[in-house]
Amino acid sequence: MGALTNAQVMKSYENKTEDSAGQLTQSADCKFRISRLNFYYGPVHALHDISLRIQKNQITALIGPSGCGKSTFLRTLNRMYETVRHTRAEGEILLDGEDIFSMDLVALRRRVGMVFQKPNPFPKSIFENVAYGLKVNGASKGISLTDAVEASLRRAALWDEVKDALHKSALALSGGQQQRLCIARALAVNPEVVLLDEPCSALDPISTAKIEELLFTLKENCTMVIVTHNMQQAARVSKYTGFFLLGELIEFNETNMIFKKPARKETEDYITGRFG
Amino acid sequence: MRRSILWRKSVNIAMIGATGLCATVTVASLILILGFLAWKGAHYITWAFLTQLPAPVGELGGGMGNAIVGSGKMLLLASVTGIPVGLMAGIYLAEFGGRTISFMVRYAADLLNGVPSIVTGIFIYTVVVLTMGNFSALAGGLALGVMMIPIVVRSTEDFILAVPGNMLEGALALGVSKWRGVATVVLPAARRGIMTGILLSLARVAGETAPLLFTSFNNQYWSRGWDSPIASLPVVIYTYAVSPYKSWHDQAWAAGFVLLALVLLVNIGAHMILSRQHSVQRG
Repeated sequence: MGALTNAQVMKSYENKTEDSAGQLTQSADCKFRISRLNFYYGPVHALHDISLRIQKNQITALIGPSGCGKSTFLRTLNRMYETVRHTRAEGEILLDGEDIFSMDLVALRRRVGMVFQKPNPFPKSIFENVAYGLKVNGASKGISLTDAVEASLRRAALWDEVKDALHKSALALSGGQQQRLCIARALAVNPEVVLLDEPCSALDPISTAKIEELLFTLKENCTMVIVTHNMQQAARVSKYTGFFLLGELIEFNETNMIFKKPARKETEDYITGRFG
Repeated sequence: MRRSILWRKSVNIAMIGATGLCATVTVASLILILGFLAWKGAHYITWAFLTQLPAPVGELGGGMGNAIVGSGKMLLLASVTGIPVGLMAGIYLAEFGGRTISFMVRYAADLLNGVPSIVTGIFIYTVVVLTMGNFSALAGGLALGVMMIPIVVRSTEDFILAVPGNMLEGALALGVSKWRGVATVVLPAARRGIMTGILLSLARVAGETAPLLFTSFNNQYWSRGWDSPIASLPVVIYTYAVSPYKSWHDQAWAAGFVLLALVLLVNIGAHMILSRQHSVQRG
């Protein structure tokens, strides 16, 4: 994206270091606890013994070259991988201490929302898109859909742009607006976690900046995990960063540590652009 | 060198000419058939022709209201039976079937589509007509319904597969079951295409004669209910066309014109629905 200079990026690290001491080991603030996760596409062993903790109400970034398993890992957190045949996950993923593999799929996905790489609004009106999750899950009883839709669109910083066009087709929006609509759609069911799979890779820098700004405001109530190819983005938005390579989690630490003093040579090579 | 350029240019011109000629023949065939039918039959079409029963041999006038109603009734029954089966099978193929099962169902649908319509007629004759003991609207409608199934299956599958897969993912990520996601997101997105396929399959079976000859047979009178022989436009056209009477020949032309006009209307309607879908998507 190149919108921020190096100096700005460094400054954003420094702001974060002040309040981050020791948080990596505090389990009270842990939203997801992943232990020895292995993942298979048929015979292909795609993730090897992944263990990490995702901190509550923080943004965690996952970086790494294409095919390293970061998107696969993301898709285990809401069990989206189950839509692909012949896949298998082994190990333990606890959401607030509860095993997600024994949870009801609907309940899990209502708690753990997802935003995809390519904006995928439904071919319905803007209103219907946001209201969809509430309607189909029967969660719209006793609440005003209109209010819920407005609240979600406001949280996704899209309300002012679409408030007079709620009944127009969502497909008429620009790419950046569509992606914020998808975020609003995910937020409508009040998820505790939002997984973002390269949410800005199809967007221009201005839309990207808007979405990054939005992520900052959302972390008040939401835990977020974002997969990104853009290292400046990881540096800008996240508190923690995990570096994946060939299906392994090479390094997981506070973002400023990863970018300033990576412990592993592979991490350093990747973030300085020497491979990948 | 110059000769090869000359050769290349003449081949080019010859091929453009040949493809253009074939395109012209295609359009001309339709216009000729339409024009011929209109010329031979259109002026016999009166209100009486559309609403009255056939006149006895030797008398002038009369109509084929019973055949029009009969075709309508059997197409209705064909829709009620063929569309749900074809639609559900198409959804299964596109969204739920595994690779092997989908291959088998798709192959079966293609083979069913290739079964000569007279064979479908014989099948229904054996299963329904022989069991009931007489020709009936029920048997005719079922024969047409069986013919609609493979067309609806394949067009439904194609239009569902044309919906980007990430839409269903978006629904699944909100915690809905796959069936609900398909029903509430994928099917509405493919709705217009699927409807077009259904209309085209209706237009396709509306003109079928062979499967009706020994299922619904024919009837000179109004046919009540579903368990008696019933007239239909294609069979009446066939019967009148092979008869020795000039007035029947004229009426066969007129009936042909009515049938073709109905089929064309359905076709044009289907294309209008589809082109509207494209403009909405670009919106």
